[in-house]
Amino acid sequence: MGSTGVRDGEVVLRTTGLTKTFGGLTAVDQLDLQVHRGEIAALIGPNGAGKTTVFNVVTGIYKPEAGTVLFQEIDITGWKAHRIVTQGVARTFQNIRLFANLTCLENVMAGMHCRTSAGVTAALFRTGRLVREEREIRAAAEGRLAQVGLTDYTDELARNIPYGRQRMLEVARALASGPRLLVLDEPSSGLNPRETEDLMAFIKGIIREEHLTVLLIEHDMNVVMGISDWVTVMDGGKKIAEGTPAKIYHDPVVIEAYLGGRK
Amino acid sequence: MTARAPLLLRRVGLPLALLVFAAFPFGASDYLLDVAYFFGIYTLLGLSLNVVLGEVGLYDLGHAGFYAIGAYTTAILNTQLHIPVLVLLPVSFIAAGLFAFIVTSPIIHLRGDYLCIVTIGMGEIVRLALINNPLGLTGGPNGVYGIDSPTLGFLSIDSSFGYYWLVWIVVGISIIGLRRLQRSRIGRAWNYIREDETAAQASGVNVRAYKLLAFVIGAGLAGAAGCLYASKLLVVSPESFTFWESCLMFSIVLIGGMGSVPGVIIGAAAVTLFPEVFRTFASYRMVFFGVAMILMMMFRPGGLWPRRRGGTEARDLLERLWRRRG
Repeated sequence: MGSTGVRDGEVVLRTTGLTKTFGGLTAVDQLDLQVHRGEIAALIGPNGAGKTTVFNVVTGIYKPEAGTVLFQEIDITGWKAHRIVTQGVARTFQNIRLFANLTCLENVMAGMHCRTSAGVTAALFRTGRLVREEREIRAAAEGRLAQVGLTDYTDELARNIPYGRQRMLEVARALASGPRLLVLDEPSSGLNPRETEDLMAFIKGIIREEHLTVLLIEHDMNVVMGISDWVTVMDGGKKIAEGTPAKIYHDPVVIEAYLGGRK
Repeated sequence: MTARAPLLLRRVGLPLALLVFAAFPFGASDYLLDVAYFFGIYTLLGLSLNVVLGEVGLYDLGHAGFYAIGAYTTAILNTQLHIPVLVLLPVSFIAAGLFAFIVTSPIIHLRGDYLCIVTIGMGEIVRLALINNPLGLTGGPNGVYGIDSPTLGFLSIDSSFGYYWLVWIVVGISIIGLRRLQRSRIGRAWNYIREDETAAQASGVNVRAYKLLAFVIGAGLAGAAGCLYASKLLVVSPESFTFWESCLMFSIVLIGGMGSVPGVIIGAAAVTLFPEVFRTFASYRMVFFGVAMILMMMFRPGGLWPRRRGGTEARDLLERLWRRRG
């Protein structure tokens, strides 16, 4: 892919005129955003720019006031969050949201929920299909734990593992749902440089192996410049610039808004 | 040593407990059998609320309302249409479950204490409606009397001995069913919601549907308990389904440990056997109860027998005993 300035591949996610207001505050204002298949797209901007709100609208936590969200040509605007996951958009949260009192394995198994279907009757009579399905869920979850290097913590409660591991666990849970688009809200926050580096290498790896697309919010400019193929800059709910990292890095409008008029 | 402990408790403890339950009725007095009967009823009620409160973390302080629906369904259909009580057991389950589906659908999105307040109101409305004798069916404050005792083919269950078996077999079947739900994706989805509703939703759990399912199953079990209650007392009246009953069920789950089946049994034992043992101090019962609750919250906020993850609950308990000794 590289930073040629030309974006190839089809559009995976497209928002058009996306608007979300909270009372009198317009958090997201007429936002047009595009994410292409196979790329790492970054959404950056100063605090309060509306980045997380965009994520919450895209993943169905909030309903937008106006505009549309298209995912793989399907209009998912205003869908409930659980339907959007099933469609193939998985996410992590800025302030890690795990199921604290459940084991790491059970946390990852959550991702498999939308890919399985056993109901109450199957559970009550422990049908062969249910037993098979449970075995598959377990195996898949164990596979994801191994992938993020958490096998040793399989039966440990999520709240008892170190912070950096918790973030990897959240990524594993998101991956377990078999997404096409992975949405990461500040994946490096709270991580030390070493952990950040590992995480970024991991994300690059899975994009290659599993043909994923990633959209992330990031504050660490080194991370943004180092990993992303395309950067969209927001300020005050609006898109103020977009382009390759190299172009964004020198864009005076961005420097003005994001770096506070330095240089 | 600790590694062998859970095996010991599962291989020896569980069969031993079952043996005690099976041997107990032979030779026990009718009084003891009746106490054990109510222990069973409250275990079933505790299990039913545990689905809603323990598994999903929904504060439901109106559970007596579902209990009442089940009891009155049995009472009315039996006295008016003479349908046998045991046939009415599943009918009461369905009636209470359906009622729960209808009344909780519009309030299911409420969180925490807001839901709590609304369920209190729901429970009270059920009780007041029963007192007001709608369509002349509920008999007002006097209730409905003349309910048949349950019959099973030629066998009529009219002794304390028979009732004991009836209630504990129903409890046993419920426990097996609930354990199976706990260990399926349904039980896990309930726990995900309890732990973090937003994360559960973002992981693909249809939060609304699973909350409703918990209410329907929980209310259904309470309805079944109501049916058994009506068939034992042969009379039901609104005063059996007060707010206090809902509080008792709530305490059973809190005392035992949220989401723990053995915890519920211990909790039910605490609220039914304890008052019998201390009958001579009957007037101080509430004081004991209050002090016990405060001590619980201070020293064992997770309950007496919390559910253990990634292993057996028994191991947790035994490990703690061992550690204390060592």
